[in-house]
Formats: sequence, structure tokens, C-alpha cells
Amino acid sequence: MADREVLLNIRGLKIEGKSGDDWLPIVNGVNLTLRKGEVLGLIGESGAGKSTIGLAAMGFARDGCRISDGVIDFDGIDLRAASQEQLRRLRGKRIAYVAQSAAASFNPAHKLMDQYCEAPVRHGVMSRSQAEKDAVELYRKMQLPDPEGIGFRFPHQVSGGQLQRAMTAMAMSCRPDLIIFDEPTTALDVTTQIEVLAAIRDIVEQFGTAAIYITHDLAVVAQMADRIKILLRGDEVEEADTETMLAAPKHDYTKSLWAVRSFQRAEQGAATDKPVVSLRNISAAYGPVKVLDNISFDIHARRTVAVVGESGSGKSTAARVLTGLLPPSRGEVLFDGEALPPDYRSRTREQLRHAQMIYQMADTALNPKLTLRKIIGRPAAMYLGLRGRALTERVRELLRLIELEPDEYIDRLPSELSGGQKQRIGIARALAAEPRFIICDEVTSALDQIVAEGILRLLDKLQSEFSLAYMFITHDLATVRAIADDVVVMQKGKVVEQGPKPEMFNPPHEPYTELLLSSVPEMDPDWLTRLLEERTRKGLPQSADQ
Amino acid sequence: MAHVWRMIAQRLALGLLTLFVVSIIIFGATELLPGDFAQAVLGQAATPEAVANIRRELGLDQPVYMRYFDWLFGVLQGDFGTSLAQRGRPVTDMILSRLGNTFFLAIYAAAMAVPLALTLGVLVALWRNSLFDRIANSTALSAISFPEFFVAYILIFVLAQSGYFPSMARMPAGADLGEKLYRAFLPALTLTLVVTAHMMRMTRAAIINLLASPYIEMARLKGMRQSRVIVHHALPNAIAPIANVVAINLAYLITGVVVVEVVFVYPGLGQLMVDSVSRRDIPVVQAIALIFAAAYVLLNLTADVISTLSNPRLLYRK
Repeated sequence: MADREVLLNIRGLKIEGKSGDDWLPIVNGVNLTLRKGEVLGLIGESGAGKSTIGLAAMGFARDGCRISDGVIDFDGIDLRAASQEQLRRLRGKRIAYVAQSAAASFNPAHKLMDQYCEAPVRHGVMSRSQAEKDAVELYRKMQLPDPEGIGFRFPHQVSGGQLQRAMTAMAMSCRPDLIIFDEPTTALDVTTQIEVLAAIRDIVEQFGTAAIYITHDLAVVAQMADRIKILLRGDEVEEADTETMLAAPKHDYTKSLWAVRSFQRAEQGAATDKPVVSLRNISAAYGPVKVLDNISFDIHARRTVAVVGESGSGKSTAARVLTGLLPPSRGEVLFDGEALPPDYRSRTREQLRHAQMIYQMADTALNPKLTLRKIIGRPAAMYLGLRGRALTERVRELLRLIELEPDEYIDRLPSELSGGQKQRIGIARALAAEPRFIICDEVTSALDQIVAEGILRLLDKLQSEFSLAYMFITHDLATVRAIADDVVVMQKGKVVEQGPKPEMFNPPHEPYTELLLSSVPEMDPDWLTRLLEERTRKGLPQSADQ
Repeated sequence: MAHVWRMIAQRLALGLLTLFVVSIIIFGATELLPGDFAQAVLGQAATPEAVANIRRELGLDQPVYMRYFDWLFGVLQGDFGTSLAQRGRPVTDMILSRLGNTFFLAIYAAAMAVPLALTLGVLVALWRNSLFDRIANSTALSAISFPEFFVAYILIFVLAQSGYFPSMARMPAGADLGEKLYRAFLPALTLTLVVTAHMMRMTRAAIINLLASPYIEMARLKGMRQSRVIVHHALPNAIAPIANVVAINLAYLITGVVVVEVVFVYPGLGQLMVDSVSRRDIPVVQAIALIFAAAYVLLNLTADVISTLSNPRLLYRK
């Protein structure tokens, strides 16, 4: 690979972002070399500057950012010196971009085909009718269902995994020399992720396209990249080819990334006491659409039930039934053996107090206009009637519990916190009501691995301290392994399998559980290849929706 | 498409209900006015017998609900009753010519204002924070901030005093279209100046609001020109709010132009309504109020239908 021609050469790249009136550094002098046909993985936590570098490789800086120093040389063209018009002619034609959320990055007003044809027609690469033929061909290569017809649908009529493949096809439309993949599978379920990864890898190999593959998931990048570069807060940590990087990481930070999935909750054995919360034969529907079909499970004090499934499996709906936001059409919710009123409006304040929630997006779950004192103090005042000094003391105590220094944080606004700290505030707010049962809805999904690990450890500590019962909704099996005592696997509104964790992670499995478990990427560059071969050999489906 | 038709039918039915409620409110409100038609016509010196006679003659001595239902059944059969002030003249007669004038002026002003506002809105979004943006915005804001009559008098001062356009918009009988457009130019221009700002600024805001969307960034990263990004990628997604603000302004052009009609002596519905209120000519007031309410209902319905048609997520289900 080293003998190939250099396509992209970035030297001493510095990028700054505007914060108030100041320009703060985001990327501090990163070097990057990419040869023709090569795939480079860019890895780092959020805020490491990896997307910013990816965009800079197109000569693009988002609003509020600027490329302040360095050289970006693409195939002999100096992108920093190029005019906007020259850059415009390169983008989409010679350098293409695949965004994280295809659902948000396709224009909802236009059909997929119109969006596919836009770049080749506008850049004068081919005529509209040629482009349409070409699109069908690429859709077929990307293994999209109904390649002739899918282009004539609107984005909302196509599933997330299919959209992500359609977006990759769109990026290929002008046969670019370079594609920037910006976390293309992060928003997808594990089973969907596999097909997208496989399709991307095939097409990149087939056309010999060079690519920068940006992700925070090491196991994913191991499948895709020839070389891996690790970034930390805008600085390069190290770079090596994939095998070397996985086998012998040099830098401590890299090693910590490798070790991050190490948290493992102590085994609890089987539950002996009576359950705190039970779902009994619950069925529920949104209007005519049935989303839960006769599900039952128990949650005990000091235990965590992980509810696992893909998006649309009904796991969040189960939480809505528990909290009374969605009265079930059949079945009942028991608390301490007594049936709760189906609608939260008919529940007593005491019943409401004992079931609290922590949400996935701490950003939107906290009122941005209130200080932490108010946010955490409100449930304490409302449910427990604390006032004045007692209330302040309680808020300070809660802040100490979530490991934030009260004096420093009590009067801050959510915007003055990091993502992990916001999620801790979400936890403190739930604790403030002194509940016995907490629903954690994908609480670590939006966080980086290291931060997520800290949250899981905190939740575990609080659980033993306050004898809490947790219902932990997640699609991430690594999290399940770390924190669960019992596992409930859901698919299409039904419970496919449930039981204590050790049983669930050891064969034999239900076919769907097997599919879920085997879809979790492993830190082995050959994992994807082996898995696909194995599935083909066994005649198993490649994914859940085929 | 079937659900669009169903939505239109539902909204029309709701619109009829709205009109019914409006008719009750108007009838009730006119009942609350001090004095009545007989008193107003005969003056302070009238004998009680004379007042009673007229009241009996016109049916004003009947209880309110009787009069209301009499009127309502008439309307359902297309008969708006007869004017009190101009004895025996059918209300429909009095309104029809005025209605034509009002629609003419409204369409005239809309035909100038809507394309102007949308074009300017797109251009200022395209060149936002430029000198052009600032000039267009401040001009539009000034135009909307002055009272209408003031704008009207300025236009008369500049364009009528110098003899380019007539300041009186009264139409001679049998005027052809060109003549009509010429005579109604100043009131139409006044209205254009008044409504353009609102629509332009809404268009600008609706488009700029979308510019941070990932799909707009995607269009840029596909190497599309800024003009195409705005017109092809942002505008189609901004149609719903724009349609709504256009509908509100069109409704205003039909219902809210009394002042401009007065300044230019233009014989429209607004003037007739004001006159009828002061003469206690309740059947005429009722009919005009219903027309105004119907204009709002229909224009809002149109805006909703356009919003639905512009949004594939509502138009084509999964």
C-alpha cells in the first residue's frame, strides 16, 4: 500500500471554533496522509475533532469554525488556497461525504433518486437518464431491496439502515477519489449495522475508493480500515496499521480505550425476595398499531433488568406503560404486589414518587433555563416537602452522591456541564424523589465509552446503597454484559427470551438472541468477513429485516 | 391522496360550524348595541307609537331567537334578507357589487405583494446579513410600521399630486380592465407596502431556520451552488410556514382594508360594513361578517392543504 500515490496530504492542520468572542483550538496541528484506495480509520471520543478533520479534508468548516493553519493538499490542489468555486466543483464529484444520520441528511422533500442524480448531473459527469441507470446498479450492489423502485421513494418511506446504504450509493455517484464516512453506522441497530458495514466495505474495495472512516467504535473500525489514527482532544495520539494497533497499542490513552469494556458488576445469584415491580400480560397499542403483545417480567430490589432489543421492538413502550404514560390495552402493572392504576393521572403522589426515570438525551431532559439547585431541588420539594435550608442541604448531598462538588456546581446551568455531567444530574434528579425503582432509558447511548463506564459504575454504587430496582433499556449488548442481573430480549413487541444474565449469554440461544449476540462487532479485523461467511454457510439471514 | 380529500371535507365541515358560531356572536353583539334601527331612523323626537310602528313593520318586536332563526333559514336558502336602511332592497344586491370591488383590489394587491415578498424573502435569505438584506429589511419594516393612511397619503402626495395616478379610486361605469387597474393602482400599492414586510420576513426566517439542517450541509458537501441550496433544498421545506403567513395576509387584504378604502374613496365591503354598523343595518352587517369569516376559513384551509401537499411525509404514508 505504501507504494501507491498520495491522494490527500494534511500537514499541521489547526482548526478553531468560536466560543463567545474568542477562537478556541479544536484541532492542534494534525498530520494525515492517505494514499489512493486506502481506508484510514479516525478514532476518538466526541470532541476529539474527528468530524472536523473529516470536513476539513473537503476544505469545509462548519459555521463557527475556521481552518486557521496548516496545509490540505488533495491530489495536488491546495484546498486552503482554492476559491469557493473550485472547492464546490470538487465536493460531491471528487470528494464525497456520508453523514452520521442518513435520516436527517436526506432532504425530506425530494425522492432518493432526485437526490442521487443531483451531483452527477449538476457536476456534468453524466446525464439524468444515465445517472438513474447507474443508481439502480449501485442500489443493487448495496443489496438494497427493490433496486429499481427504491429510488422513487421519499426518505421517510425507507428504513434507517437502507437510507444509510442509499447515502453511500449517493456518495459513489460521481465515482469520487475519496469518501469521508462520518460515523455512518452509529445511529443503527447492531443487526442493521452489519449489512451497512458489509455493503460499504464491498463497494469501497470494488471501486478502489480511498476513504476516511470516522467512528468512536474500535471494533467497527477494525473491520473497515487499513490504518487507524487515534485522536484525543484535537491532538494525534498515535497511528499504525490496523493489525499492529489492535495487537500492540503503544500509548496509554489507546490502551485505556481498549480496556474500557472491563466494568463488570458482581454476580448476584437468583432473586429470592418479592419483586418491586411486575408487568403482567401487558399488551399495548398506539391507536390501531399494536406495539406490545402479552409481555410479563419482574424487577427486584437491588437488581437490574436489562431490556434489550432493536429500535421498534417495544422496549421504550414497556417503560411508558410502567410509568402510566401509556395505559395498556390489557394486563396490569404491579407495585409491591398491588395493581397500579393504568393512567399516571390516577396514581397517588406516593406511587409516582417511587418510579423515576433517567433519559437518553440529558441535553433535552434538563430545563436549560434552570440551575442545578432548581432542577434537583424540585422533586425533593414536591415529593418530600423539603424547604429552605433543608432543601439546599439535600441538593448538596445529592450532588456529592453523583460525585460533583456542590459548591462549584449547585448554581450552574445545564449548558455549563459536559455530557457525562448532565447525565449525572439526570440521575440526581431521579434520586431526589427517593424512589425504589428507576427506569434508565438508553442512559449511556449518547455518551463516549469512558464516560459511559463512569455512569454505569455510579448507577451500580447507588443501587447497592439505596436498594434500588433498575429497569435498564438498551440496545447495546456490551452494556448489558456490564450491568444486568436479568435480561429480557424483545423483538417486535414480544418477549423472545428472558432469564438471568449468565444463562442468556451462554448457548443455546433463541435464534433472534443468537442473531443479536453475533452481530456485536468484535475487536478482530476478520470478524465481519468470518461472520458473513458463517451466516451464508448456515443459510442464516444476514440481518433482521430480510 | 384519499386522506387529503378527507381532510378537506372535515375542515370544510368544521368551517361551516365556525361560520354558524360566528353568526350567533355577530347577532348577539349587534343586539348589545345601544339604541335600535327605528330609534336611529326617527331621531330623538319620535313618538313611542311611531317607533313601535316601524319596529312592528320590520319585525323588530319579535324575540331575538325568532329573528335569528328567521334570518338563518333565509341564509340557508341563499337569501340574506332585506336592508333596513334602504327599505326593501335585498342585502345580496347591495353586497354583490361591493364584493366584486373588494376581491378585485385584494387580488390586485396580492398579485403584486406575494411574488414580491417571496422573491425578496428568498434573496435576503441567500444574501443574509449583506447590505441588501439590511436595506430590504429596514424598508419593509418602515412600511409596516407607518399607519396605512399615512402610507396612503404619502403615495398620494408623491404619485397623485404629480398627476401620474388618480387619488380617487371610484370606478366609472363600464371601465375596462386597464382603466380599472390604473385607477386602483394607488390603493393596491398602499396595501402591497403594508403586507409585503410580514410575508418577506417570514419567508426569510423560515428558510434561515432550515439552513442549519444536516440535509442542507449535505447539499453543500455535494457541491451545490448556494442559490440551488436555498431554492431547491431549503424552500420546499419552508412552504408550510410561508403558506400560512400568506393566507393570513390575504385574509387581511379582504377584511381589513377599511382605512385604505376610505382614503381612496374605494367602494369596497369594508366601508359598507362600517356604514351599516352606524346605521344599525343589522342584516347587512351580518352578511358581510359572514363573508369575512368565510374568507378566513377558506384561506386557512387552503394554507393547510398547501402545507400538506408540500410535505411528502404527510402526503405519502409509509
